[in-house]
Amino acid sequence: MTRLIRCGTIVALAVLVVLAAGPVHAQKTEIHFWHAMTGQLGDALEAQAKEFNASQGEYEVKPLRKGSYPETLTAAIAAYRQKSPPHIVQVFEVGTQTMMLSGAVYPVHELMQQHEIKIDWNDFIKPVVGYYTKDGKLYSMPYNSSTPIFYYNKDAFKKAGLDPEKPPKTWPEVEAAAKKVLAANAAKCGFSTAWPSWTMVENMHATHDQPFATKNNGFGGVDGVELLINREFGQKHIGQLATWQKQNIYSYGGRGGAADPKFISGDCAMHIQSSAVIGGFTKAVTFDWGTAELPHWGAPYKKATSIIGGATLWVLKGKPQKEYRGVAKFLEFLAKPEQQMSWHVNTGYLAVSNTAVKNLEQGYHFVKNPKQYTAFAQLTGLPPTPPAALKDKKAAPAKAERVATANSQGLRLGNFVQIRDVIEGEMENIFGGKKAPKQGLDDAVAKSNALLKDFAATNKP
Amino acid sequence: MKRTVFSNRWLPYLLVLPQVLVTLVFFFWPAGKALYLSFFKSAPFGGRDVFVGLDNFTALLSDAEYYDSVINSFIFAAGVTGLSVVVGLVVATLANQKIRALGFYRTALLWPYGIAPAVAGIIFLFIFHPSYGILPYYLAFVTAYEFNWLLKGWVAMTLVIVATAWTHIGYNIAFFLAGLQGIPGSVMEAASIDGAGPIRKFTAIIVPLISPITFYLVVVNMVFAFFGSFGVIHAVTQGGPGHSTEIMVFKLWKDGFIGLNLGSSAAQSVILMAIVIGLTMLQFRFAEKKVTY
Repeated sequence: MTRLIRCGTIVALAVLVVLAAGPVHAQKTEIHFWHAMTGQLGDALEAQAKEFNASQGEYEVKPLRKGSYPETLTAAIAAYRQKSPPHIVQVFEVGTQTMMLSGAVYPVHELMQQHEIKIDWNDFIKPVVGYYTKDGKLYSMPYNSSTPIFYYNKDAFKKAGLDPEKPPKTWPEVEAAAKKVLAANAAKCGFSTAWPSWTMVENMHATHDQPFATKNNGFGGVDGVELLINREFGQKHIGQLATWQKQNIYSYGGRGGAADPKFISGDCAMHIQSSAVIGGFTKAVTFDWGTAELPHWGAPYKKATSIIGGATLWVLKGKPQKEYRGVAKFLEFLAKPEQQMSWHVNTGYLAVSNTAVKNLEQGYHFVKNPKQYTAFAQLTGLPPTPPAALKDKKAAPAKAERVATANSQGLRLGNFVQIRDVIEGEMENIFGGKKAPKQGLDDAVAKSNALLKDFAATNKP
Repeated sequence: MKRTVFSNRWLPYLLVLPQVLVTLVFFFWPAGKALYLSFFKSAPFGGRDVFVGLDNFTALLSDAEYYDSVINSFIFAAGVTGLSVVVGLVVATLANQKIRALGFYRTALLWPYGIAPAVAGIIFLFIFHPSYGILPYYLAFVTAYEFNWLLKGWVAMTLVIVATAWTHIGYNIAFFLAGLQGIPGSVMEAASIDGAGPIRKFTAIIVPLISPITFYLVVVNMVFAFFGSFGVIHAVTQGGPGHSTEIMVFKLWKDGFIGLNLGSSAAQSVILMAIVIGLTMLQFRFAEKKVTY
């Protein structure tokens, strides 16, 4: 009998302990956040989530890496179809149109409105917010944004008798510099490019104020959108690259970041790649290097701002309403200037609010890290030298060098991932000598138009 | 042949049940689902599946790029099968000699098979990549030839064929070795007495005697080249340059998972399945007649 009592006491105690411990542990609402950031970028993201979790007691943001951008998107789609989506998913810029028309997202402006959280979106850099805004409303939270810039090897420039502080500003200057570099044996090739479609087709059209697609680059609707990259400008630029490829002035190095080693190893004296690799290059490159804005063809083309790349955070539907308050709180946290600044400094992605940029400027961040400024200047049209770096502040040129135009606000195309693949495939055919530039571009346009038509048919509103 | 007799009527069914279940769940169910999906156009996030009949198929059959991927698949499969079977047989014959440290060689020859295709692809990438590969780097010292498969389609195709064949050679060697050891010593000795040299012995005795194994390996290698070679292509060329290494299984993955065009992707997998089933049947019908068991 005593034994039985003892047992009963133990059980009762155990139950009490569990009951007492319960409320303390649980009840923190979990917010699932799927992303595609690796290495240093992943660490910076984890740190932000940790800081948010420590800052309040109600919500727990749980970041989870689901692979590359396409893999993360596919995983989120599968989860959404199984009715167990994450709250937040990071989607790359080419997936924007797919997300906007999916019917599966909870637009950020609506989320913030319903939870009465005020964020001054006007304080955000326009080309970034504009890319993700529809009918004046922001659909996803800008997170990691970058833009392509020009990198050059100062040591190779010196060896070739070029002024290392005067990077080429136009394509003819790039050609001349490459010829000198090759003649002096300072490098094996003039320049290479990463993300061929993004840097050489999409951004070249934008910075020269040339339309990439009809219907205002797709911002004007999905029906009947067609590409325009096989016109005079596209032929001129891609044709020139093909000619330069034969002379080693240009050296095609593959898709994505596959060409980066050509620059890092010193093989190519110049490179065009996202501003987000500055951090990586700082660690990997052993010679003296600098950054500059993207080369331009000069008149008669306007000098326009560049367009962004990177990803934003999308909120998915299908979760209990009360959990979205935590999502809104987290996005509010990410929008704070301090978070913007640390994110920029830790990763090299752009700080996307003007306040954050101003703070960085006042903290002499850009004077100490002039390479980090290039992208801001090119994206916003500001003069290429940070104002604080000029001794005589009054003489600072206030005149913008680049203008924002309808063609430089971004691209909004359905099936954009495949369109990029089509364009890059045809670029390879052209550079490999398999097709003439006009033929390759015509084929790219024809195939892309079929993809756009297909998208319009599947996504009839 | 000996007939197995079970005392219980239901026992044989019970014994095959696990295998039948596995086949149903992992083969018939997905295959059926693919067939079903191939008649629809569906929005990526679901909710809007539209029945389109054979549209997905007719779109593919009027797409020049799709034919390219079919042709690429056949070139690729023929290359991989030919290379891995021929080299596998030659190496297995060499490893069947009475030499020192035989155990070590035989084990070492199987290693490549233990490497996942994706990892093998990465290894080849580090050796052959024009930007950071070790081979083009040293090649530049001795010749002016630029080993640039990023722009030359046929070089890229050769590279993925060699890489894929390499991962599969160990498997072939294992089977060929087993076959070679099954050849009675007396036959070989008799040939030696008749004055046959090693090459004559190889062509007149070994090749016919192991033909059942060769046949099996050709079928398996071909199916592998059509279906299982995704990892190498994905890691090395991503289907490029242009679309010159885009084989069917890669294209269907790309259209489905990157392009989110599930209907077309499903239709492609149905066509691929039909082609492989057809080829295997053809092989059994014609090639098997030449096989001596």
